[in-house]
Amino acid sequence: MTTVSTPVARTAGERRRTGSIAWHVGALAVLAVVLYPVIWVLGASFKPSKDIIASIDLLPAKPVWANFSGLADGISGISIGSFFTNSLMYAGLAVAGVVISSSLTAYAFAKIRFAGRNLLFTLMIGTLLLPYHVLLIPQYVMFRKLELVDTLVPLVAGKFLATEAFFVFLMVQFMRGLPRELDEAAKLDGCGHLRTYWSIVLPLCRPALITSAIFTFINAWNDFMGPLIYLNTPSKYTVSLGLMMFRDQEGISNYGSMIAMSLVALVPVIAFFMAFQRYLIDGMATSGLK
Amino acid sequence: MTLVKEAPVRPAKKRPAAPAAGRRGRRRENLAGYLFMSPWIAGFLLLTAGPMIASLYYAFTRYNLFTPPEWVGFDNFTTMFQDPRWQKSVEVTLKYVVVATPLKLLLALGVALLLAQQRRGQGLYRAAFYMPSLIGASVSVGFVWRALFSDDAVVDRTQKIFGVDVGGWIGNPDYVLYSLVALSIWQFGAPMVIFLAGLKQVPRELYEAAEVDGAGPLRRFWNITLPMISPVLFFNVLLESIHAFQVFGSAYVVSDTRCGPADATLVYTCYLYQKGFKEAQMGFASAMAWSLVVAVALVTAVLFWSQKKWVHYEEAAK
Repeated sequence: MTTVSTPVARTAGERRRTGSIAWHVGALAVLAVVLYPVIWVLGASFKPSKDIIASIDLLPAKPVWANFSGLADGISGISIGSFFTNSLMYAGLAVAGVVISSSLTAYAFAKIRFAGRNLLFTLMIGTLLLPYHVLLIPQYVMFRKLELVDTLVPLVAGKFLATEAFFVFLMVQFMRGLPRELDEAAKLDGCGHLRTYWSIVLPLCRPALITSAIFTFINAWNDFMGPLIYLNTPSKYTVSLGLMMFRDQEGISNYGSMIAMSLVALVPVIAFFMAFQRYLIDGMATSGLK
Repeated sequence: MTLVKEAPVRPAKKRPAAPAAGRRGRRRENLAGYLFMSPWIAGFLLLTAGPMIASLYYAFTRYNLFTPPEWVGFDNFTTMFQDPRWQKSVEVTLKYVVVATPLKLLLALGVALLLAQQRRGQGLYRAAFYMPSLIGASVSVGFVWRALFSDDAVVDRTQKIFGVDVGGWIGNPDYVLYSLVALSIWQFGAPMVIFLAGLKQVPRELYEAAEVDGAGPLRRFWNITLPMISPVLFFNVLLESIHAFQVFGSAYVVSDTRCGPADATLVYTCYLYQKGFKEAQMGFASAMAWSLVVAVALVTAVLFWSQKKWVHYEEAAK
């Protein structure tokens, strides 16, 4: 710090402390504005339906449980649990698919020297900039012809085929950062690529794998357009579609339960985030730099 | 991606003691490489390259899913350019991109500058500021937004305190788009984290030297921070504007499932969805999708071209 040159050390210390207090006050003020909607939904879920829009208070005057107990009835005959199970299945398969296929592909790009590698890598990076919508319609037509619409297959097929270039890229970056000596030593010891991949590279890539897994889980959980296009039967709906159905059927009359379910639907994402935020945020930063 | 110091794949360094050199070894490496990436190759052919060709073909046909596609030449494109709703969707999308992207990046940079200072609890703040980015895409938050911005709700009442009375934003065609803009700005976490990583790489000596020379904080920001993080800024501008072009979920959920009162939030992809999946005009929707690809490619190209003028890479400075 530059305080060394200040003649009287105490005033510098004091100045630093007031600076620190000002910083915290400023940061907390911005944070309060940013997190307002999150706190609002928490409070609103305990308000009676008629108060939710009309009252400006953050917290309910008298908290009620009715919104949550109302959820037990489900939505037009389908239990809330069914939506959650479907979302969990989708997210779980997506995570497995991305972690397996992307790490294999990334290993090839990062550790194997094969003809055409540079070209394929450029193609892979190119898909990052391609708007997804240009693939949407032909993919839909294809899955329709295969009679796979209204199943999870169209939603997760791409995850098992490493089409999420972002994660491949993240893992390639990570694997290139691993010391070269490790896999060269493995090679001298007679390890084939499969062995090197499984016993050396994968364990060392844990942070990149965890980052990809969390992002995939959260993206799948929040995904709206995919299920909207591919799922038709309400019993197969994910949480996002369940929420939309709720809104269309109950409308304003049951606003409280809708807000309560919105909150419940956020719980897995927030829980995941709390548990792994360190990996997540560092992973995010890594993807932009390096 | 771009600011990645482009050494796509390290040029094969000659290693002195390569045990399995020779033609057979090389062939074995090729085989291993292709085997390992076979999922990606299959995915690329089946889910990217194939569909791209198919969609290019559909763009020149009339196709309703039930009867075989019928070749119509440039008809889809000419109808599209004359379609007032298409024009409206272009206008709405451009407005959204142009307003949301800079504001979001400004907030992201502001908070990143705040968090770049070494303070206690930094990690916690960083995490808390990142949270909206994770939940913002969900239908849940779409509902919350509807509730916050509807008539007589929180935002409406707050603005009345300041003497502004426009009613709720959701039902008002002049304002509803800005509730989506607000939702987008709210999710500033991802660019913020990238800014933060960039700020950490600025050498401290530069600031110390500038301070000795008597440069104030504003000057230091303008002459040191901004040029030093310009690659990161470029990356964020590129990524965020491409994302903004493709916004869908919030327009569908927050306004209403027809994308707004009086088409006020009819963003491009929302119209594409309506044409393709509601009206089964797959040919028209494909033509729309390709126009989007061209637009995104143009924006990318312009940004890449412009970076010569304002992005400073360390290598260039040396």
